[in-house]
Amino acid sequence: MTTTASQDTSDRPDLSPEERADEPLLVVEDLTVRFPTHDGLVQAVTGLSYQLEQGSTLGIVGESGSGKSVSSMAVLGLHDMKRTQMSGSIRLGGKEIVGMSEHRLMKIRGQEAAMIFQDPLSALHPFFTVGKQLSEAYLVHNNVSRKAARVRAVEMLDRVGIPQARTRVDDYPHQFSGGMRQRVMIAMALINDPKLLIADEPTTALDVTVQAQILDLLQELQRDFNSAIVIITHDLGVVAEMADDVLVMYAGRCVEYGPGKEILTHPEMPYTWGLLSSVPDVSADADARLIPIRGNPPSLLSPPAGCAFHPRCDHTDKVPGGLCFTQLPELTPASTGGNHIKRCHLANPEEIYQTEILPEIAPDLAEVITQGNIDEGQREDEDEDR
Amino acid sequence: MFAYIVKRLISGAIVVTLVSMGVFALFWFGPRNPALPLCNIDTSNRCRTALLHSYEENMGFNDSVVHQYGLWAKGVVVGRTMELGPRPYKCHAPCLGIDYRTKIPVWDEMKQKFPATLSLAAGASLMYLIVGVSVGVLAARRRGTWADKALVTGSLLISSIPYYLVALLAMLWFTISLGLFPQTGYFPITHNPAKWFAGLILPWLVLGIYGSTAYTRFSRGSMVESLGEDYIRTAKAKGLPARTIVFKHALRAAMVPVVTIFGLDVATLLAGTIFTERIFSIEGIGKWGLDAVTVKNLPVVSATVMVASVAVVLSNLLVDLVYSVLDPRVRLT
Repeated sequence: MTTTASQDTSDRPDLSPEERADEPLLVVEDLTVRFPTHDGLVQAVTGLSYQLEQGSTLGIVGESGSGKSVSSMAVLGLHDMKRTQMSGSIRLGGKEIVGMSEHRLMKIRGQEAAMIFQDPLSALHPFFTVGKQLSEAYLVHNNVSRKAARVRAVEMLDRVGIPQARTRVDDYPHQFSGGMRQRVMIAMALINDPKLLIADEPTTALDVTVQAQILDLLQELQRDFNSAIVIITHDLGVVAEMADDVLVMYAGRCVEYGPGKEILTHPEMPYTWGLLSSVPDVSADADARLIPIRGNPPSLLSPPAGCAFHPRCDHTDKVPGGLCFTQLPELTPASTGGNHIKRCHLANPEEIYQTEILPEIAPDLAEVITQGNIDEGQREDEDEDR
Repeated sequence: MFAYIVKRLISGAIVVTLVSMGVFALFWFGPRNPALPLCNIDTSNRCRTALLHSYEENMGFNDSVVHQYGLWAKGVVVGRTMELGPRPYKCHAPCLGIDYRTKIPVWDEMKQKFPATLSLAAGASLMYLIVGVSVGVLAARRRGTWADKALVTGSLLISSIPYYLVALLAMLWFTISLGLFPQTGYFPITHNPAKWFAGLILPWLVLGIYGSTAYTRFSRGSMVESLGEDYIRTAKAKGLPARTIVFKHALRAAMVPVVTIFGLDVATLLAGTIFTERIFSIEGIGKWGLDAVTVKNLPVVSATVMVASVAVVLSNLLVDLVYSVLDPRVRLT
């Protein structure tokens, strides 16, 4: 089902909510988002598809500029359609978001799907009290008095663990600490009890100790509200703790998608290996190395030919015929099967991961799984050359 | 808040006092003998040396400058009797001197002139905000489109024509050739509000629209910036209608820098708009000061400078108060 931005497909009878009742809460199909600029067409997101069930969590992982935020903002229709080319389909509760009129989108935003942003200080209006901002979010979707909205705002602040919510409701955002501000943001997002919550790097701007509290809060609220969460992050630790499913994005495309456990333990795409290699693990053996992915993210104006990751990939020589440089790999089922899919030409990724990657990043783990027979010394020399 | 205002008023009074000293010093150490203009005015430019000396003695110019300033300052507070040539003049408090030409206390004349300037300034500054900011907001919302470009180009075009030309042409065309507006001039609002309004409408439009071009560009830039803020995205994600987002969330933040230049502009307007008052024959502070300069009517010149300094001090205080209302992060201490 592919639709174009110009049609309002949500009114078509074949897409009525009743007929699609069996469909997951959020279905994204072949989503493509492009921004025409003076320098050319920015291909922010290309052919992205994923699904999310009520009450479950999807982690979208990738570097800056990989299209994580762009694709999620599209779910709320937050892009300025005058400056955006969008195609594909996003269905939330059976309603088609792509091409929906601004007027109808307004009713969905905050009510059925809400969003938490990265930096709560800049995401909250500095000139209005948090109570005013919260009740504003409630009033716009509920026909209640200001007084009732305020009561609801206090209730939500209390719910997200802000002490003395009754008095703090009249404070301004700058009077809160970073973690408390993010709690306010979460309270505001959940005030209308949305079915879907999109958290765009909710802990990136926060202190490490506060990060854990915020993630715990999100999980707790998810249980209570039974909402689905899309959590956007570049922190695999967050993904490991929160996500049921993981979607790895690179250069605007999905490069690996599947159940979280599967992706974290049996990744089959060199980019995912790179992400795993660059996560510091305090509990790991002191021999474990932190290996950054070399190079820089590609330009989305002119993505590299073939596999977009090839300029940074260490394994292109293992693919015959230089296919990595010329042909874009399709999303294919991973060797372990299940719902795990990956976009890579490598024929035996599982084997390479176990023998080459794992010993580098978690030697203790690798020894258990396989008695490594590779030349450690040679690998280390290579690393030092970088 | 109250303590802050008192503190600011005290420091403002110090500034005004320093300005008065500066003006007094200019008066005293200026290139020309300050008694000469008065003598010239009284004798129709046939002032003889002997008479000039008697004027100097009479006006106390042979005393020290400090003594003179003391007398002047005392006059401001309690009033004084001034010796101007042959006979003394009673000058009640606040005494800013006696007009050389009319021999009327400057303060009394200022009370006559100031309402005209105030009326002109009020209307024009209102136009700055209404026309300038709304065009700026419109351009910001349509940024990048032909409408935006037309509005910005238009405002640049208007502001690149010299103001006196714009005012003069408007006066000639609209009032004299086309007769769209009555002969301008100032009529006190207390006498005839309709005439007051009719006489000021063209000056308001000309001064207001010309001045609003700066506000158009300024508020457009400020608005484009605030529309790009994260909290605007948050407001949109909450499901607020575009109207609320633009006029409540974005405009409020965009107004903060606009208030700064507005405060300065109001001060400038209150100090008198020379071209506007001259061309539209409005008897205000600007025209009064200009006429005084041409005949070296020094008490009047110094009075207009004092008006300007008071206007600057007060409008700056007002700007800071408005800041604290607009932005809760601003603490007045």
